[in-house]
Amino acid sequence: MSTAPVEFPPPVDSAKEFIAAPTDPEDERIEVGVVIVGGGPAGLACAIRLTQLLAEDEAMLEALGEVPIALVEKGKTTGSHLLSGAMMNPSAMKKLFPDLPEEDWPTYGAVDTDAVYLLPNRKRAIPLKPTPPPFRNHGNHVTSVAQLGRWLGEKVEEGGVYLLGETAAATLLVEDGRVVGVRSGDKGRGRDGEELSNFEPGADLIAKATVLCEGTQGHLTGAAIRHFEIGSEDPQQWELGVKEVWEVEKPLDRVIHTMGWPLRFAAKYREFGGSFIYPMGEDRISMGLVVGLDYRDARFSAHDALQQLKSHPLVADLIEGGKRVGWGAKTLPSGGFWARPKRLWAPGMAICGDGAGMVNVPTLKGVHYAMHAGMFAAESIYERLKASGNCDDLSSYEAKVEESEIQKDQYRSRNMRQPFAKGFFVGGAVANLMEISGGRIPGGRWATHDDATVDVFVGPERDYPKPDGKTTFDKLSSVFASGNATRDDAPNHIRIQEKVPLEVALMWQNMCPAQVYEVPEEELEAARRDGNLDGKHEVALQVTPSNCVQCGAITAKGGRLTPPEGGDGPNYQAT
Amino acid sequence: MSAILVYALHYEGEFNKNSLGAVSEGGKLAKELGGECAAVVVGEGDDLTDDLCASLGNYGASKVFRAKAPEGLAQPVVDVMAKVIQENDFKYALFGGGLLGFEIGAGLTARLNAGVTMEVTAVKAQDGKLVAERPILQDSAIVDVGYVGEPGIVIGRLNAFDVAEDGDGAAEVIDVDVQLEEHSTKAVMVQRGEQRGADVNIEDAEILVAGGRGLGNAEGFELAEALAEALGGAVAATRAVVDAGWYPYAAQIGQTGKTVAPKLYLAAGISGAIQHKVGMQNSENIVAINKDPNAPIFEFSDLGVVGDLNKILPKLTDAVKAKKG
Amino acid sequence: MKICVLVKEVPDAAVEKRMDPATGRLDRSGEKNLNPFDTHAIEAAMQVREGGAVEVDEIVAVTMGPESAFRALHKAVSLGADRSVHLSDEALAGSDVCATGYALARVLESESPDLVLLGQQSDDGECYTIGAVVADHLKMPSLTQVIKIDVEGGNLRCERQAEYGYDTVEVEMPAVISVGDAINEPRYPSLKAIMGAKKKQLDTKSAGEVGIEPDRVGEEGSRTSVLAVNPPAQKEPGEIIEDEDTNETVEKIVGWLEERKLLA
Repeated sequence: MSTAPVEFPPPVDSAKEFIAAPTDPEDERIEVGVVIVGGGPAGLACAIRLTQLLAEDEAMLEALGEVPIALVEKGKTTGSHLLSGAMMNPSAMKKLFPDLPEEDWPTYGAVDTDAVYLLPNRKRAIPLKPTPPPFRNHGNHVTSVAQLGRWLGEKVEEGGVYLLGETAAATLLVEDGRVVGVRSGDKGRGRDGEELSNFEPGADLIAKATVLCEGTQGHLTGAAIRHFEIGSEDPQQWELGVKEVWEVEKPLDRVIHTMGWPLRFAAKYREFGGSFIYPMGEDRISMGLVVGLDYRDARFSAHDALQQLKSHPLVADLIEGGKRVGWGAKTLPSGGFWARPKRLWAPGMAICGDGAGMVNVPTLKGVHYAMHAGMFAAESIYERLKASGNCDDLSSYEAKVEESEIQKDQYRSRNMRQPFAKGFFVGGAVANLMEISGGRIPGGRWATHDDATVDVFVGPERDYPKPDGKTTFDKLSSVFASGNATRDDAPNHIRIQEKVPLEVALMWQNMCPAQVYEVPEEELEAARRDGNLDGKHEVALQVTPSNCVQCGAITAKGGRLTPPEGGDGPNYQAT
Repeated sequence: MSAILVYALHYEGEFNKNSLGAVSEGGKLAKELGGECAAVVVGEGDDLTDDLCASLGNYGASKVFRAKAPEGLAQPVVDVMAKVIQENDFKYALFGGGLLGFEIGAGLTARLNAGVTMEVTAVKAQDGKLVAERPILQDSAIVDVGYVGEPGIVIGRLNAFDVAEDGDGAAEVIDVDVQLEEHSTKAVMVQRGEQRGADVNIEDAEILVAGGRGLGNAEGFELAEALAEALGGAVAATRAVVDAGWYPYAAQIGQTGKTVAPKLYLAAGISGAIQHKVGMQNSENIVAINKDPNAPIFEFSDLGVVGDLNKILPKLTDAVKAKKG
Repeated sequence: MKICVLVKEVPDAAVEKRMDPATGRLDRSGEKNLNPFDTHAIEAAMQVREGGAVEVDEIVAVTMGPESAFRALHKAVSLGADRSVHLSDEALAGSDVCATGYALARVLESESPDLVLLGQQSDDGECYTIGAVVADHLKMPSLTQVIKIDVEGGNLRCERQAEYGYDTVEVEMPAVISVGDAINEPRYPSLKAIMGAKKKQLDTKSAGEVGIEPDRVGEEGSRTSVLAVNPPAQKEPGEIIEDEDTNETVEKIVGWLEERKLLA
């Protein structure tokens, strides 16, 4: 017997809870010109583009008041919560900084050689030649988005933007059908939500335009999409990526992608994904495992599968004598074209980047789309403010997106992810067909599905390696390595049902890379004694929210992540 | 040659253990430098008798400079030591661990334009000079620090110097008259050494018995408390059990709790995840009791016991009580 | 009354701390933050002002540090300081405790504060003493590890935990007080305060402007030098006992404790 997490929805109604009118007295509201929520590639590119436009237009700059642009970031700084592969397509950086030579970018430069392997088992690696098209990365830059975020953040501040780190955007302010800004999160609440001695309430930030660049599992984005009813018919899907950065002895000279082991091929498991290994200069590499969250086996753990991957000779050889210097996890939206919101704007608001599902799944690219979208939003907002003094109609933003490579690329690969629901080999064959045919064959519209509707069962115990602290690591020490030092008595920011069947609880326990969810030993023992682990035996889940690195996986699988106090969570340095 | 002047803190007629350690260390180092070690004591009461002061000779001081000035405050001692160092041309000033040592040593740094090293864990004599070793960056490295010019000021970490009665007999007691600076009279002790038993500060405890989830439930802490009492220590807790409400937050050790470095840290039912480890890894002696032989704590404990703490703790408590009589 | 709060920019706790092998000094590249202990000092200043026992005209944040240290000052201002002073000069790089204390004393003198507050330790230097060094130069009474401050009739009544328990000390101002983290729970800055920080007055001073003699600061003027940086001593692997006969096990544990004089 198996169960789908969707049967146990989290206790939250995002549209009701996170959308409200401003509540601060009028003279206490903070007025800004444009507020950007999220200091990732989308938000930062938006801020920079706007600054560029305003630099040429004194009158408009004046009109936007004392604080023309404010950017709100929930991490300690821009970059603290950013994690990606990444092989960044250079088109967006070129557009944003046309006069900056590529060698001056905060990236590790382009890498000429690509290698793709199919790992049929724990020992062998079959090179796939020639490199399948989605994996060709010629001209793309190896980038740490955590570093890119910091670099762009500095540029943003130099341009006079008010960069507000450690600030969560908790509520979307809507009045008379228009988005009028955001309200920042409270600080200094205790575990039960009570006000502590140093309680500081959030504040209403009123803006002519609000750009939501919250990334995967956007908190306000989800609420806005529901409230304005601009969601697509096809639900969004997500992949979970767990990544490590290693100092290595031998420099790596190529970009590597793998498929197959340790993910299982059989259709009943639905384990879609693969790994990446990128050189970061001469002495570091970044590696990660990405897996679709519609897998079925409750025992699957992406973090542990990554640890397992390191025992394959292909990878073990690369990290021999090396040292792990970073770890993190994050989800990315993989529903592609069909799962994007059917409208990317509302009066006074635009949605950019991962929050709007702007990721090309086969090629795993999204950083440059996010930046392009941020720039389009900036341009559209500027044009509208000039023409009418308000941003009630941002349809021009959507038009720009539709005319861009974002649209073109996503449309081309619009059906490439869905076939993998039928297992690796069938999926692979179909995807290849699509690639070769430029998306035309087999055509049609392959529906996406909500990850939480996939039912889970408890498979046999996995043979994950016992962490040795040198090559393989447990979750807690990994959370520590992410720089997470969230205070213990903070309110629980995760909305989840705490009494669920064992298979769902186990699924969450194994899914979460940060060990936030645990099935108490006694409950596991009791279920074992009862004879079966499936069968809807109810357990009380133990939740440790301070471990959370805000990857967002829980939102895809039946719970809901809301932003904790600003400044909490990981402080990624090089992911 | 007057080599090293050591500050000896006293209270109610007894010298502080860390000061005795410093005098012992000073005596040893002075010999290596071919010079003399002296001590300086400052107080206003009758308890600084000739005999008491001379007894520092047993630890290695050949002379003891005694001055009358307010106790328990640093700045009067800075005035005293500055005078003694300058008049007798001491090359180094040495302090054992403890708050006053830090404050006095720092004041002397300014007064005498001297180099200072604090949290010193070891001192060595090299080519007629002293080199101080101290950990840095949360104990992730050890640096050797040398001094430019004279004098050099060495401030030890708590319990860094061992007490050794290797002196040559009673020391000569010399009374010194010191005119205090005006600012040294502007801090006045109103009450000294108040004990606040109710809230024991675990950061100061020399012995800690820490409990984790392995204790099973809140009642499990009774075992920890009994053992702590027998050992003369305090009770600490991991984040997990504080979260579960088994013990108060004031006792929490770890990344988001307190950091401690007691002489003995006995961990019962604690797995040893790094979030906990960073709060206690500098404990001098770490004993761990856990039924899981794979618990990470066994990788950094000095003595690891794989077993059922429900069986071990009560018996251990009895055995300790019996030993201590 | 004017309060100066000494603050310092230190590497963020998440950044791996390391010595730069080339210079023998702490590698200060990477993320930086306002020293957590200093936030307690700023809070203490705010509580003195808000307590009402004395009128506080100004709270000034003062720092000595490289260019990037202005961020620590912005943070201090967002937490309540009225303005800030940034002592920044190439000549100061590589200063040890003695040199740093001297330099800070000079810049503080130019402000003539009635009270100097600072955190008792910094995350990176781990020296615990700058307050006492500065106080001697300024000829002011000083206390460290203070966990309670009350202003009473122009004087301070302080509590601190010393070797023998809690001391209560009365201190005449002007004074230098170093505070421990137990003294208070720092407030969070409001968004308005964070956004307003940029606009508050920030004066940059060079060493010469505050009368710092160049031969007393920097690497040349320091009175200590780092001779070597070594990895920490490897800990001996510990002993493991498997409990079979609990009486025997307990005997072994007691013997072990006794050997190390832990049952005294």
